[in-house]
Amino acid sequence: MSASGSFGRGFRDGCINAIPFAFVMTPFGMLFGVIGTEAGLDIDQVLGFSIFVLAGASQITAVSLMSEHAPTLVILATSLAVNLRMGMYSAALVPTFGSLPMWKRALGCYWLFDQPFALTSIDLVRKPQRSVDERVAFYLGVAIPLSLLWYLGTYLGAVVGESIPADIGFDFAVPATFLALVAPMLRSIAHLAAALTSIIGTLLFYDLPFNTGFLAAAGIALIVGTEVERRLVNPRKEAVSND
Amino acid sequence: MIESSYIWMIAVLLGLGTWLIRFSFLGLVGNRQMPLYIRQMLNYTTVAVLPGIAMPMVLNGVNGGIEPLRILAALALLAVGVWTQHMIKALAAGLLIYFAGGWFIG
Repeated sequence: MSASGSFGRGFRDGCINAIPFAFVMTPFGMLFGVIGTEAGLDIDQVLGFSIFVLAGASQITAVSLMSEHAPTLVILATSLAVNLRMGMYSAALVPTFGSLPMWKRALGCYWLFDQPFALTSIDLVRKPQRSVDERVAFYLGVAIPLSLLWYLGTYLGAVVGESIPADIGFDFAVPATFLALVAPMLRSIAHLAAALTSIIGTLLFYDLPFNTGFLAAAGIALIVGTEVERRLVNPRKEAVSND
Repeated sequence: MIESSYIWMIAVLLGLGTWLIRFSFLGLVGNRQMPLYIRQMLNYTTVAVLPGIAMPMVLNGVNGGIEPLRILAALALLAVGVWTQHMIKALAAGLLIYFAGGWFIG
């Protein structure tokens, strides 16, 4: 198959995998559009946030803090802390995308939010035979449509001025899509241990400032998963890399 | 009223900072091999991060308190996902229980 053919196949597969998330992207974008408008931003500014940042929770944090007239440094530090998990995504994708030319890495990482990362890393296990180019296409096939829906939602929220009411259950649909990504991996004891650590740790450290509790829980969960793998899945012999 | 130039400054700085976080390892490590232990750890990134994001959202109901239906629906979603190994089926089960249960309770 030609190079462009494998790109098309990867992109299409990415789009298909993104479909369940397409339904929550626009309502979530609308929520930000409404919060931003109510904080005093005009449509251009609200859209500017979504295009420059492309990370919902941190955008909501920044706009809320701005409307409370928090100091600039506090606004930036708090909102960026929400996005620090994406540094873990960046590291996790090094074995996959590290060989790409610098400009592709610099450009592609713009879309490194939760869904493109998670779906790409799941696809890595399910379809290990894809070439790097096909895998980039898969990643972009998830990321680009979802980012467009994010902009669209932001625009609609800012123009209409009303979000989809939370009590029809959309606020449950967002965490549900995240759990649905994780659930199929939980047959492995090491993955199950990591997931439980993440949940328990996040709840235990919930009151720590600047999102540090969540990040600490995630870091501990990585170690727990690895240690369980080394002890149970691969006892005695030196553990082999499964990336 | 917030100054317009100030809003743009925050948007640009937050965008730049977020891009730097996303670029960090992909940009700096690039093609170099990371230590085996680190690579093994990073295989757990999805399961180490997403449950921690999802759980507080499940536990915080619309009216602020804990709603048993949300927890029940989340557990059903996880059970169906582990059983079928299928993301869509898991999602469908969780949403069905949540919406049907909500309609039933009223």
